[in-house]
Amino acid sequence: MFAVATAAIIIAMTLALIRAFAGPSLYDRVLAGNSFGTKTVLLIGVMGFLTGRPDFLDIALLYALINFAATIAILRFFSYRTPKGAPAEPQKAPAAPAEGDA
Amino acid sequence: MNEFDVELSPILLLDLSLLTMLLLVAIAMLRSRHLFAVVMLSGIYSLLSAAFFVSLDAVDVAFTEAAVGAGVSTVLMLAGMLLTARREKPFEARRVPIARLAVFATGAALIYATIDMPTFGDPNAPANAHVGQAYVEQTPDDIAVPNIVTAVLASYRGFDTLGEVLVVFTAGLAVILLLGVGSVRGGREVSDAQEDKT
Repeated sequence: MFAVATAAIIIAMTLALIRAFAGPSLYDRVLAGNSFGTKTVLLIGVMGFLTGRPDFLDIALLYALINFAATIAILRFFSYRTPKGAPAEPQKAPAAPAEGDA
Repeated sequence: MNEFDVELSPILLLDLSLLTMLLLVAIAMLRSRHLFAVVMLSGIYSLLSAAFFVSLDAVDVAFTEAAVGAGVSTVLMLAGMLLTARREKPFEARRVPIARLAVFATGAALIYATIDMPTFGDPNAPANAHVGQAYVEQTPDDIAVPNIVTAVLASYRGFDTLGEVLVVFTAGLAVILLLGVGSVRGGREVSDAQEDKT
């Protein structure tokens, strides 16, 4: 059962990874990074049960905390940055389709 | 030698998929010319390698990797990026062969060095043979800390750790001075000449 859960988390990680590779806008990538961090937390939690030693569960909780703080820190940069000058992301024309969503 | 004759356990599959994702992220970082994407991908790379370290039972290394790699260095890279352009400059094609040669030579040397490494969990490895054994035996009696790594870092080598904290503090001060306090609160006025092209 834990193996199935691990496989599902791995698949979800792959999906987030594809979004991080392809994601045309800046916020796609921030969101992909954040959700990837959440999947890492889940993976570490499940991995403890998979190996029969769920002692690492509190470490997964600490990861969740770090992930949250890092995302807030990243977003704060752009909330400070955007008012001055051009919009945050130079939107490209749809000339270039998403590269490398292999 | 039945070294490669490993049974296909879920743990092995998990390690394999983590390493595959690490490789994919590394390739994507190399190919991307958009610096913000590279910063976000390096955060993802750190999270992945932290998960892999947990899978290898190196929990303390994993925790450092997650805190420093995914947390602090992502923010520092972004702060540095606010002082410069958002896209990488086009590189000179004639430098590519030299760089590629250097990278492949270093990689080949590193892979060659792994041949001499003891196998995973080898009880006769130098890391387990000498003083490590003494720590494993004496820590429960000496210090009432259940995690031996924590006991070594915080108690047996307490002064060493104090020195490391001093070094990290100095480095942090230097980085803040270099980036400028202004950059933490939104960056300086920088014109981004590359932004409109490509």
